[in-house]
Amino acid sequence: MKEELETANRPDNTAFTQQRLPAWQPMLSAGIVIPGFVLIGLAFIGIGVALFIASQNITVLEKDYTGVEITSDCYKCSNPSDKNCTCKLDFSLSNLFEGPVFFYYGLSNYFQSQRSYGVSKDDYQLSGDLDYFKTPISACSPYQYDANQNPIVPCGSLANSMFNDTFKLYQIVNGTKKLVPFDGKGIAWWTDYNIKYRNPSVTPLKNAFNGTVKPPFWSKPAYELDTSDPSNNGFVNQDFLVWMRRAALPDFRKLYRRITEGDYASGLPAGNYSLEIGYNYPVLSFGGRKKVVFSNVSWMGGKNQFLGIAYLVVGSLCVVMSTVMLIVYAKFKFPEDD
Amino acid sequence: SRKVDSRTIYVGHRPCPTTEALIPPKFCDNRIVSSKYTVWNFLPKNLFEQFRRIANFYFLIIFLVQVIVDTPTSPVTSGLPLFFVITVTAIKQGYEDWLRHKADNEVNKYLVTVLEDGRRARKESEKIKVGDVVEVVEDETFPCDLILLQSSREDETCFVTTASLDGESNHKTHYTVPDTEKNLESLSATIECEQPQPDLYKFVTVFSRCVVFFRSLGPENLLLKGATLKNTQKIYGVAVYSGMETKMALNYQGKSQKRSAVEKSINAFLLVYLCILVSKALVCTTLKYVWQSRPGQDEPWYNQKTQKEKDTNLYLKMFTDFLSFMVLFNFIIPVSMYVTVEMQKFLGSFFISWDKDFFDPEIQEGALVNTSDLNEELGQVEYVFTDKTGTLTQNNMEFIECCIDGFQYKYADSGTELDGFCVTDGPVSMLQQKAGREKEELFLRALCLCHTVQVKEATGQGDGVGDGMIHPADLRGFIASSPDEVALVKGAMKYGFKFLGMESKNMRVMNRNNDVETYELLHVLNFDPVRRRMSVIVRTKSGDTMLFCKGADSSIFPRVRQEEVDRIRMHVERNATEGYRTLCVAYKLLSSEEYDQADTGLREAKLALQDREEKLMAVYNQVETGMSLIGATAVEDRLQEEAAETMEALQGAGMKVWVLTGDKMETAKSTCYACRLFQRSTELLELTVRTLHSWAKSKPVSAFSVPPRSWSSANQDYGFIIDGATLSLVLNSSPDSNSSCYKSLFLQICQNCTTVLCCRMAPLQKAQIVKMVKNSKGSPITLSIGDGANDVSMILEAHVGIGIKGREGRQAVRNSDYAIPKLKHLKKLLLGHGHLYYVRIAHLVQYFFYKNLCFILPQFLYQFFCGYSQQPLYDAAYLTMYNICFTSMPILANSLLEQHICMEVLMDNAALYRDVAKNAMLRWGPFLYWTLLGVYQGLLFFFGVRFLFSNPALQDNGQVFGNWSYGTIVFTVLVFTVTLKLAMDTRHWTWINHFVIWGSLAFYMFFSFFWGGIICNQKRVKQIKIYILSLRFVT
Repeated sequence: MKEELETANRPDNTAFTQQRLPAWQPMLSAGIVIPGFVLIGLAFIGIGVALFIASQNITVLEKDYTGVEITSDCYKCSNPSDKNCTCKLDFSLSNLFEGPVFFYYGLSNYFQSQRSYGVSKDDYQLSGDLDYFKTPISACSPYQYDANQNPIVPCGSLANSMFNDTFKLYQIVNGTKKLVPFDGKGIAWWTDYNIKYRNPSVTPLKNAFNGTVKPPFWSKPAYELDTSDPSNNGFVNQDFLVWMRRAALPDFRKLYRRITEGDYASGLPAGNYSLEIGYNYPVLSFGGRKKVVFSNVSWMGGKNQFLGIAYLVVGSLCVVMSTVMLIVYAKFKFPEDD
Repeated sequence: SRKVDSRTIYVGHRPCPTTEALIPPKFCDNRIVSSKYTVWNFLPKNLFEQFRRIANFYFLIIFLVQVIVDTPTSPVTSGLPLFFVITVTAIKQGYEDWLRHKADNEVNKYLVTVLEDGRRARKESEKIKVGDVVEVVEDETFPCDLILLQSSREDETCFVTTASLDGESNHKTHYTVPDTEKNLESLSATIECEQPQPDLYKFVTVFSRCVVFFRSLGPENLLLKGATLKNTQKIYGVAVYSGMETKMALNYQGKSQKRSAVEKSINAFLLVYLCILVSKALVCTTLKYVWQSRPGQDEPWYNQKTQKEKDTNLYLKMFTDFLSFMVLFNFIIPVSMYVTVEMQKFLGSFFISWDKDFFDPEIQEGALVNTSDLNEELGQVEYVFTDKTGTLTQNNMEFIECCIDGFQYKYADSGTELDGFCVTDGPVSMLQQKAGREKEELFLRALCLCHTVQVKEATGQGDGVGDGMIHPADLRGFIASSPDEVALVKGAMKYGFKFLGMESKNMRVMNRNNDVETYELLHVLNFDPVRRRMSVIVRTKSGDTMLFCKGADSSIFPRVRQEEVDRIRMHVERNATEGYRTLCVAYKLLSSEEYDQADTGLREAKLALQDREEKLMAVYNQVETGMSLIGATAVEDRLQEEAAETMEALQGAGMKVWVLTGDKMETAKSTCYACRLFQRSTELLELTVRTLHSWAKSKPVSAFSVPPRSWSSANQDYGFIIDGATLSLVLNSSPDSNSSCYKSLFLQICQNCTTVLCCRMAPLQKAQIVKMVKNSKGSPITLSIGDGANDVSMILEAHVGIGIKGREGRQAVRNSDYAIPKLKHLKKLLLGHGHLYYVRIAHLVQYFFYKNLCFILPQFLYQFFCGYSQQPLYDAAYLTMYNICFTSMPILANSLLEQHICMEVLMDNAALYRDVAKNAMLRWGPFLYWTLLGVYQGLLFFFGVRFLFSNPALQDNGQVFGNWSYGTIVFTVLVFTVTLKLAMDTRHWTWINHFVIWGSLAFYMFFSFFWGGIICNQKRVKQIKIYILSLRFVT
C-alpha cells in the first residue's frame, strides 16, 4: 500500500523529466575556431574566385534604342502617334561573341512590381477556365470589359501591357544582310509553360475566344500571337509567359530569343550587324528606357560580379579574423578551460 | 421582529408556537459556485475577456482592417494565427472551468443526511436549507456552517480540524449548545445570529428555545463548512449559513493575477516595435505620395486606374494606404510570440513538478506549481521574505529546560555546558532541591494545568493526525492547539507530573508520588495574539481558587512583581539568544470575592451580543494582574534541514533575506544566527520599542533624530532588527510631513543591510513590509516563503509566493504560486530552475523580436522598388507560416531545454545568479543588440538579393527570375539564417534540438519544393544554397 503510494507520487526519474538528456555542449576553443575560420575563409575565397572568373568571362553587349537622342535612328519612332515604325540599330563586333548568345530586351523605370498592376490578371482565366472567359474577375478592371461590355481575354493590365516590339538581327556580310536565326523556344519558365498557364481544351483555339475581345493594346488576339507555330499561341505563348512573370525591380530585362542555330550556334562572329526594330512600345510617357542586351551565360547565369566579390570579401574577412585571433591567442594563451 | 443586521433561524423549520406566524425567511441555497462560465455564456464571456488583452485586441483590429480595406495580404494571414491563439486559450480556460465545475459538483452533489420530520433523509449537499438539522459523521467535512446541537461524545464536545480554512491542522474542541433537549425532533428553537461575515473567529448568536430560555453562542459552537469532524462518531447541527454565505465562501478570495517582470519588458518592447511599425507605415505612405506627384509615375499607361480609384477622395486614399502598410508590416508584432511564450511557460513549469530533487519521501509529495506565469521570476528575486516558524525552523517543539524561581533545570541527557550558578542536571524524576520543593511542584502543576491540551484516547492505530504524538512510554497522545503546549505538558511529564486528561470539567494530574490530583476547571482565558498569554482558573480539592497564566515574557513581566522578574529575566533572555522559545509561568491565588467578581464578569461578557471580544478582553486584563512569577520554560524549535546552507546560497546569489516572524526578537535573532543570516561580524542595528525608550530618555525629540551612523565601510555587513510595534509607528505614523520621510529613511536603512529581521509581526504587517519593498525605487522582485496561514497575506502580496508543505496545513500552499516540501528546495528552485527559466524566456523574447524584425525589414525595403504599392515581398503562405511552422519549433525547444550552464554548476556557484539579476537580459542594451542584429541582417538579406538581381538571369539557360523568386530567395536565406543563429546560440544540444532545428529546415525545403511550383528547378535550388551559405557567413 505504501509503496504503491510512493510510486504514484514520486516524479518519473527519466532523463527528460529531470532535464538530464544527454547533450552535446559545443566548446568553442581556439583549437577549433581558428582552423575552422581559416578553412571556411579559404573555401569561400575559392568559390569567390571561381564565380568571379566565370563572371569575367561573360561578354555583354547592351544598346539603348529608346531614341531619345536625335542622332539615334529610333528617334523618329519615339513619337507615340507613329504606328508601325521601324528603326535600326547598327553595331559591330571585333571578336567572336561566344555562343550560345542570349538576346534580352530591357526596360527601366517600369514598375512591373506594383501591386495593383500585378494583381490585375485572372489566374482562372489564364489556366483555361472558360467560365472566366465570360466574366473575368474584377481585379482585372479597368481591363475587364471593353466599352461594349465584352469580356477582355486575357484580361487585366499585366496582359494588356505586353511588350510588343519586334526584333530582327542581320549580319552585314559583304554589304548584304544575312538573317541571324532566333530561337524562341524554352525562354519561359517550365512551371509557367506546363502548369500555371493552360489554354482551354477547345479546337481550334480560336473558338474558345468567341464573344471575347483582345486586350485594347494588343494588335493581334491571343490565339494569333505566333502565326508560324500554332502550338505557341494563346496563353502558352512563350513571349506572353515571359512577360507575365513579373520582374522584381523597376529596371529589368527579359529573355527574348536565343541564338543557337545555323552558322551562329557557336556565337556571333566578328563583323557588322544591324538590328531591325519594330518600334511599338511607348515608354517615354513615364520616363522609361528600352534597350537590347546580347549576353552569353556561364554555369552561374548572366554576368554578375557581385556574388564573386561577396564570396571573396567574406572569405578574406574570415582569414583576417582567424589571423587576428591567432595573434591574440598566441599573445595571451588563454587556458583551454577558460 | 427581525433586525436588519441579524437573521432568525428556526431549527428544523419548526416555528415556536408562541411567536407570530412563521414567515419563511429567504436564504440562499447551499450551492457553491466557483466556476466562471456556464455552457451558455462561455463563448461570449470568454471572448470578451480574451479581447480585453491589448495584444489580442490589436490583432483583432488588424484582422478587421484586412477584411474591410483592400490590403495586400489576405485576412487569413493574420486571422488564422489569431483564431488559433483564441481557440487554444479558450480551450485551456474552458478546461480549467470544467475542472472547477467538477469540483463544485463534487461538493454540491455530495450526499448528506438531514433530519426531516423525524426521518433521516439523504439529500444532496446543495439542497440543504438554512434551518435544516444535518448529521455529520467522523472524517466528513461539514457541508455548511452548522451550530452544534448534539454530539456522540459524552462530554458534549466534538473535535474538528480547520486545516483547509486557516491552515491549523491541530484538533479544536467545539461545544454543543448547552442544556438543549436530547430529542432533536421535538426541539423547536430559534437562533438569532448576525448576517454572514467572513471573520472565521467571530460569531455572536443567541439561541432561544420557545420557552423563555436563552443561551449565547460563540465561535466554539459553530462548525464551519470546510472543516472536518475528527475523533467524534457523529454530530447533529443546524445549518445557519449556507452556500456562498458560509464563512469559507466569504473568505475565498480569488488570487489576483500576478504579472512577471518579463511580461512588462515584452510590453515595453512591443511599444517600441509598434512605433517602428507606425513609422514604417508613415514613411511609406508619405513617400508614396511624393513619388506619385512626379510626372508619369502616378498612372503610367500600362497601369491605368479604375474609375473607382479615380473617384476616391485623396485623404481617404491616403488613410487606406496607411492602413494597408500597417497590415503589410504588422507581422513585426507576432501573435505567435504570445502563443510560444504561453506554451513555454506552461510546458516549462512541468520540469519543476517533475523534479525528483523536490520529492520529499516524508510527505510523499514533490513540488507543486500553481501558476506557470512566474517561472522566470524565480530567476529575478532580489528580496526574500521568509517566515521563521515552520519555514526556517521545523515547528517541532522539544522541551529543553526550565527555570524555576531563578534556578535553571535542565533535562539530564542534554549535554550542553551550563554556566556556574545554574543547577546542572537532575535525575528524571528528581529535581535538585534548589528552588524549594514547593516552588518546583507549583511550577510543574502550572505546566500541567495551564493549557488546552486534550488527551487522545489510545484507540490504537487510525488517525495519528495532528500533533497528537504518541508517547512511547504510555500509549497516549495529546491534542493541542499549539505544539508548544504539548511540549510543555510532555516536559512536565519528564519531571514526574503527568496530565491524565479531563473528566467532566475536572483536570486530573498524577503527581510524583503517583497520586492523582483533581482540579475543577472553572474558566479558560483563551490565548490570543494580542494578549500573548493564556490563563486557566481552577479550584483545588481543598477549595482554593487559583489562576495559572503562561505567556510571552513581555506580556507577563508587567503583571508580576518586579523582584521576581529580575531573578528570571536573565534566563529568559539567555534562552532566547540560544534560539529557544520561552514562556513565563505565573500564578495567583484568587480570593472568593475576586473569583466571584471575575466569574460574573466573564459570564456577562460571554453573553454579550455586541463587543463581546472587547468586554472579554477587559475582564481578562483585569483578572490577570498582580500575579507572582514562578518560572520560565525553554522549548527548542529545530532548524529545517539545510536551512543555513540555503540561506547562505541565497545571500551569495545577491538576494537580501528578510525574516518576518511573529516570534519575539531574541528567539528570532538566534534563529538568524543559527541560519547564518547574521554572522559574527555582522553589526546589528536595532529599532525596537526598547531601544526607542532608551533613546527617548536621552534625547526626547524623536528616535529618528538620532544622528544616522555613517556606513563605516563597504565590507561591513549590517543586520537590522525592528519589531512590529515600532514598525507600525514607522508605517502608520500621523500623516504629517515627516511620516513619508521616516518610511523612506527606514527603507534606505533596510536596503543597505544584508539581513533584516522583523519580529513580533502581525500577518498584515508582513504584507505591508512586502508591499513597501515591492513599491520602493527600482521595484525589486520580491519572494515570500512561508508555511502557515499567517503567511498567506505576504505570499499573496509578493511577486512570487512560495508555500512550504509543512505541518501547519495547506493554506499557504493553496495560495502560493509554487509549493515545495522543504525549505532546502528553495535553492534549486531559484538558483537552478529560476535562472534557467529566466535565461530561456529572455532569449525567447529577444529572439522572437529579432526574427520578426529581419523578416519584415526586407518587405519594407521592397516598397522602395515597387512604387510604394504595398506589394508583399513574400508569398502569402510564407507570411503566414513563417512564425507558425518554419521558425517556431526550434525556439520553443530551445526555450524548454536550453541549459547554457548546467544545473549543478548553477547551484554550486550562487554568484552566477547575479549575472541575470535585475532583468539583465531584457534591458535596453541587449534589446538594442538584437534589434541592430535584426536590422543588419534584414538589410543584408534584401540588398544582397537586390545586387544579385541586378542581372536577374541566374541560370545557365538564360531565363530571368521574377518578383516571387526574389521574395523566395530572401525568405530562404532568412529562414536559414535565423535558424542557424539559434543553432549558434544553443549551448545544449539534445537530440530534440537537433531534430527540430534540422527538421524545420528540412520541412521548409520540402514545403517550398512543392509550393505552387515556385521552386521546381533543381539548378535553382543549388543556386539558392550557394547563396544562402554566402550570406550566412556575412551575418
